Amino acid sequence: MTTQYLLGNEAIARGCLASPVHFVTGYPGTPSSEVIDILRSLPERDFYVEWSVNEKVALENALAAAWCGLRALCTMKHVGLNVAADPLMTSAYTGVTGGLVIMSADDPFAHSSQNEQDSRCYALFSRLPCLDPSTIQEAHDMVRDAFALSEEFSLPVIFRPTTRICHSKGDTVTGDPAHVKRKGEFQRNPQQYVVIPAHTRVLHRKLNQKQPLVKRALVEKGYNHAVVRGPVAVVASGIAASYVQEVLPDSVSFMKIGAYPIDEEWLAAFVQQHEMVLVVEELHPVVEDAVRQVAGCVAVHGKKDGMVPYEGELSTVAVAKIMQACGIAPSRVFSEPSPAGDVPGRPPILCAGCMHRPVFYAMRRVFKDGIFPSDIGCYTLGLQLGAVDTTICMGASVTVASGIAQSGEDRDVVATIGDSTFLHTGIPGLLNAVYNGAKMILVILDNRVTAMTGHQPNPSSGMTACGTPVPPVSLEAICRACGVSYVETVDPYDLVSLISVLKEARERPGVKVIIARQPCVITARRAGIRRGRYQVDPETCTACGLCIKFGCPAIEKAGEKAFINDLCSGCGVCVQICPAGAIGREVKR
Amino acid sequence: MTRSFDILMVGIGGQGIILASNILGEACLIEGRSVRGAETHGMAQRGGSVEGHIRIDGKFGPLIAPGTAHLMIAFDMLEALRYAHFLMPDGHMVVNSHIVIPTSVFMQGAAIPDKEAVRERLEGWPLCLVDADVLAAEAGSPLSQNVVMIGAASWFMPFAPSSLLTAVERLVPKKTVAINRNAFELGRAAGEKCKEGSRNA
Repeated sequence: MTTQYLLGNEAIARGCLASPVHFVTGYPGTPSSEVIDILRSLPERDFYVEWSVNEKVALENALAAAWCGLRALCTMKHVGLNVAADPLMTSAYTGVTGGLVIMSADDPFAHSSQNEQDSRCYALFSRLPCLDPSTIQEAHDMVRDAFALSEEFSLPVIFRPTTRICHSKGDTVTGDPAHVKRKGEFQRNPQQYVVIPAHTRVLHRKLNQKQPLVKRALVEKGYNHAVVRGPVAVVASGIAASYVQEVLPDSVSFMKIGAYPIDEEWLAAFVQQHEMVLVVEELHPVVEDAVRQVAGCVAVHGKKDGMVPYEGELSTVAVAKIMQACGIAPSRVFSEPSPAGDVPGRPPILCAGCMHRPVFYAMRRVFKDGIFPSDIGCYTLGLQLGAVDTTICMGASVTVASGIAQSGEDRDVVATIGDSTFLHTGIPGLLNAVYNGAKMILVILDNRVTAMTGHQPNPSSGMTACGTPVPPVSLEAICRACGVSYVETVDPYDLVSLISVLKEARERPGVKVIIARQPCVITARRAGIRRGRYQVDPETCTACGLCIKFGCPAIEKAGEKAFINDLCSGCGVCVQICPAGAIGREVKR
Repeated sequence: MTRSFDILMVGIGGQGIILASNILGEACLIEGRSVRGAETHGMAQRGGSVEGHIRIDGKFGPLIAPGTAHLMIAFDMLEALRYAHFLMPDGHMVVNSHIVIPTSVFMQGAAIPDKEAVRERLEGWPLCLVDADVLAAEAGSPLSQNVVMIGAASWFMPFAPSSLLTAVERLVPKKTVAINRNAFELGRAAGEKCKEGSRNA
């Protein structure tokens, strides 16, 4: 046992090691990615770990390992659980032999997500147990014990930390890694693992029969607990419970929900001892619904009477205000100073030398009135460059493009998708577009890595999660196999070629694929690639501003003229943009 | 209930805020104190505005409420201004005396923030300006400016300086320990001048 200052995701990884875990799969997604990144980078490892190509694939692999008796972990962000929902729902019927923990990290406030969905709803929907930590220490302890819980009820367990758990830090007591090895062995049992109607009806009944036992166990194990102190109570879950505890007066009762399903009898007994109950939770009113069902005449405050917001994240300040509005005096009140309103924003932007920027630049030059569906990745930042018109979910650039093209729209439709996202769920959309004769262009932004989530390798990277070299997949061969006859690969730093390929593709019929390939500028730098820098000759610069509009963080203004700062990574694209020929390689003095 | 001592660190992705906040967290462990923290992760690498919350003796949530931070350590003057409302009225502000102009300002042709004007607005709080770029270069590496800032702010934190220095030595890459020790001491010397009342270290 040691005490360390740990990131939530690192504490979760340590909890898995203490369990121990034998089989790890997942697809990167903020805020979940560091768990596998930590497990895969350990110098010594006696378990299997993979980055899977998508969450459905990840969950099915982990489920199979759990059927073989191993303790398996599958990680993803909340929207990944949508992709994995198909196996999730039926895995509740088949159950597991070894413990299976499905970590689905939620993102209230959508810090880095396309929505604010609540994974606890999947737990209710699938009737699987769900653990919802409120501190980093609890995240460590919960995930460590979740595998045993899964084995106790032969059910997969959903583990649902939120961004403020995954990406917060705290002093954490971690257990030592356990080294209990298991060898996977599949026991044939068609009644369990072949879900034909005759089998699945029986399995569904068994799943339902487990529910009361699970509810009781979650109280007995202390995940859900309460203390009665007065006629008024606050019920809270997840990180919101930590916010409540910071400002909870001594005279107010407190119930903490850390696990689902909630035992209604136990809940009712608590609620009925009070005159008023305030339910504080982020996102969906999961706890509140349960409280209202057992409340009878007890007054209940929460989302449904407008006291607590449905959307966004809570905070200690927000909780104190909610308590005041409900007539509970918080132990601390906060002034609300407003920020200076006139500070220019500093949003994240594509890096200096990022290969995506020239692609967007060329697309805008060639397709002045083009429609640009895009996808999930760093390149979504192309929004700032006017080259991203839609994003909805992983892989949807291709399908939105074909849908727009097939709907009678006359303008050119040019979609962008990253290598990892294409391999995740882009391929079926491409196959569909070709099969059904769409007229569109797909640009695959192939930087050979899953960059946005922290540079995880994928099948186009040439190595596995643990660094084993493997042949990189050929995106060209995949596209040709989908039936695309026009597949061109181009260096995005070569602006002239990039523009000419786009122009050529515009004239061709059907689905055209352009693969723009350059390594991510961050991985290239880490790999030691140095291209030298560029500089502006102030004598030649006409201050036309074209290079400034390119939006590279290495190009700034010194007075009226352009100046290249030391962020320059030497891609040389600005040289091709400057109409005056004022940019050249740096001359060392 | 004793309250936590809350420090907000702000800057730009890539300036070393995560390491700096880990150093403060480690100092808490060295002194046997509880701690909570939170940082911007992920996309922050792409040059965005980042914040790191550290709550020394913290036991609850990781986030500092606006108007309650005891100390702000800012790696950029513009970021100091952006987050200044997090400080309590008499909270100290230790700020690197530089501004990185956001690329969007150039792209949109917006007014370029004036350093003197920003400085005047920051002077509503006890302000300690430190030229961390110069001191880090003097220490031996421009990458050590985060440790310079910790050294300068060490006068305003409830830690024994030796705990901070030990934390620095434990967390920086092995071959940079000597440079970072220099950086800490240079920062500490600069911060001392602020402690004595001068606003410019």
